[in-house]
Amino acid sequence: MSDLVNILISVSFWAAAIRIASPLIFATMGELICERAGVLNLGIEGIMVAGAFAGWMAVYLGAPLPIGVAVAMLTGMGFGALHALLTVPFGLSQHVVGIGITMLATSSSYFAYRLALPEVTSPPRITPFQPLDIPILSDIPLLGPALFSQTAMTWLAFAVAGLTWLVLFRTPLGLAVRAAGENPGAVEAQGLSVTALRMGAVIVGSGLMAVGGSFLTLSAFSSFFFEMVNGRGWICIALVVFGMWKPGKAVLGALLFAGFDALQIRLQQTPLGAHVPYQVFLMAPYLLSILALILMSRRAEVPAALMVPYNKGER
Amino acid sequence: MPAGAIAMTVLVASLLALIAGANPFATLGLIVKGAVGSKLALLETLNRATPLIFTGLAIAVAFRAKLWNIGAEAQLYAGAILTVLLGTGALSAPLVLPVSALAAMAAGALVLLGPALLKTRLGVDEVVTTLLLNFVMLLFVGYLLEGPMKDPMGMGWPKSPSLDREARLPRIVTGLRLHWGFGIAIIAAVIVWFIQARTTLGFQIRAVGQNRDAARFAGMPVNTVLVKTALLSGGLAALAGWSEVAGLKGHLSSDLSPGFGYTGIVVAMLALLHPLGVVVSALFVAAIFVGSDSMSRAAGVPTYIADMLLATALLLMVLALALTRYRVVWK
Repeated sequence: MSDLVNILISVSFWAAAIRIASPLIFATMGELICERAGVLNLGIEGIMVAGAFAGWMAVYLGAPLPIGVAVAMLTGMGFGALHALLTVPFGLSQHVVGIGITMLATSSSYFAYRLALPEVTSPPRITPFQPLDIPILSDIPLLGPALFSQTAMTWLAFAVAGLTWLVLFRTPLGLAVRAAGENPGAVEAQGLSVTALRMGAVIVGSGLMAVGGSFLTLSAFSSFFFEMVNGRGWICIALVVFGMWKPGKAVLGALLFAGFDALQIRLQQTPLGAHVPYQVFLMAPYLLSILALILMSRRAEVPAALMVPYNKGER
Repeated sequence: MPAGAIAMTVLVASLLALIAGANPFATLGLIVKGAVGSKLALLETLNRATPLIFTGLAIAVAFRAKLWNIGAEAQLYAGAILTVLLGTGALSAPLVLPVSALAAMAAGALVLLGPALLKTRLGVDEVVTTLLLNFVMLLFVGYLLEGPMKDPMGMGWPKSPSLDREARLPRIVTGLRLHWGFGIAIIAAVIVWFIQARTTLGFQIRAVGQNRDAARFAGMPVNTVLVKTALLSGGLAALAGWSEVAGLKGHLSSDLSPGFGYTGIVVAMLALLHPLGVVVSALFVAAIFVGSDSMSRAAGVPTYIADMLLATALLLMVLALALTRYRVVWK
């Protein structure tokens, strides 16, 4: 018990929770935008891999870190455009296309990595984003170092979440995007193009997913390795449901989830960890996501036209 | 149209070879040669196709009912665990193979039953739950291999003890490295085809897949059909684990499946979800994998080219399918 208290009052725990939440926030916002427009994007896992790889590769080849993030975003948007093209105008199964995009994005990243670095045994490193110490604020006990010693990308993650909320719920564009996911017929009746709105949402959302992936290589770790995304994309899909398709609640969900993740890593070091196999701790994030889906299933307000392709002129 | 999709895939393959700085024709030639060029290569392709037929069938059955089972990987491992459990001294000669097959199927079915019930009872999307269970299952296997199922003779290598001799699937022809798992996979394909084409359940699965509301309106027990589909699908995927352990590897390790569960999706889609087509497409997919492995050693093009080709083929196939539904009308 005292172990738990010691963990909860340690700075490193809170700093880790926010760090773990950052890539999830990017990708969850990306998925949320797609789903609000009516498209389930199962390409998320692969797009995160592609973002992690492309961002890292750009920096490895000499680009500055912000350019790396931009390259990741453009890569994600590219795969997003392919996903959007197949699911929106062609109206193909969003499940199958999403899985296909994940396979394509993952395998092409691995292919390109092996092509560029055929004979490396230990992955090469880059210099990642460094923590920004905000003067004065970072001197606040406990919260100060946790909140104000994060990298610029963590700040960007929270800014993106705020912006997502602002655009989706406070602008005419956001209203149109949400309407495309609820009642596409009404959007078309307003003279707006459902196809354009949905494609735009999927492309932008995929860009954010890739930025989330690049957080892993450009901020959290300093190299790219296989399997590094490790199901984070699927967890983000659960987080969108958990957050009931609302950006604020999704961010809270991501923080809560990251808190549990940071906790399980630290609990492994305690006497409890000596009795319980470490795999049980590692399972926790995935089981927690399933639990979140079950808890929210009754209350979920799913966008009405999610996964329903829209064909103009069809009733 | 499917032919067009395959032609496009070949085009992409040539392009990738060019990017990798190899001669596209030579690369394609090496893939074909590596897959079917010798007796050894051909047998390797047939062996690789075996688990893919099982997972492909599992996906084909589920997707036909629009039950999105992306968790064949977890079901495969569930089957493999039971096979090791029963095949290492628990049972003896005539009983062990059939019983371990049935137990494996039950375990796989059980793994998919959870997500299926969550879907029918609570409306929880099965894509995410089945995907997440893959990660849970792999960790569970890791735990078993380091704990209760650890091979005492494994020299620290995380693997289970080896199966008894009588718990192994015999080879089809003595001296040739091809086990009966392949034969059973083909029999399974015929049985699944029979269920789909000739039984009430098969009819119901198709009806539920085509229009869930219409099926419900026609008085079909939609949820029961979905649960039955899940049991069948999970059981088929588990047989992949059973045949890999009992026929090929002889023990369980956490690299038993290099993504057979996910590749099964490609196999099933390329077969247009037809059970007999699954056999053909599993052979095709296995040939690409085996061929790419051997080509990669010779030409230095990364072996991930196989995964890229299959992802491309999958996307092109769904596109081709959709396009055949449209017709150009000249007025």
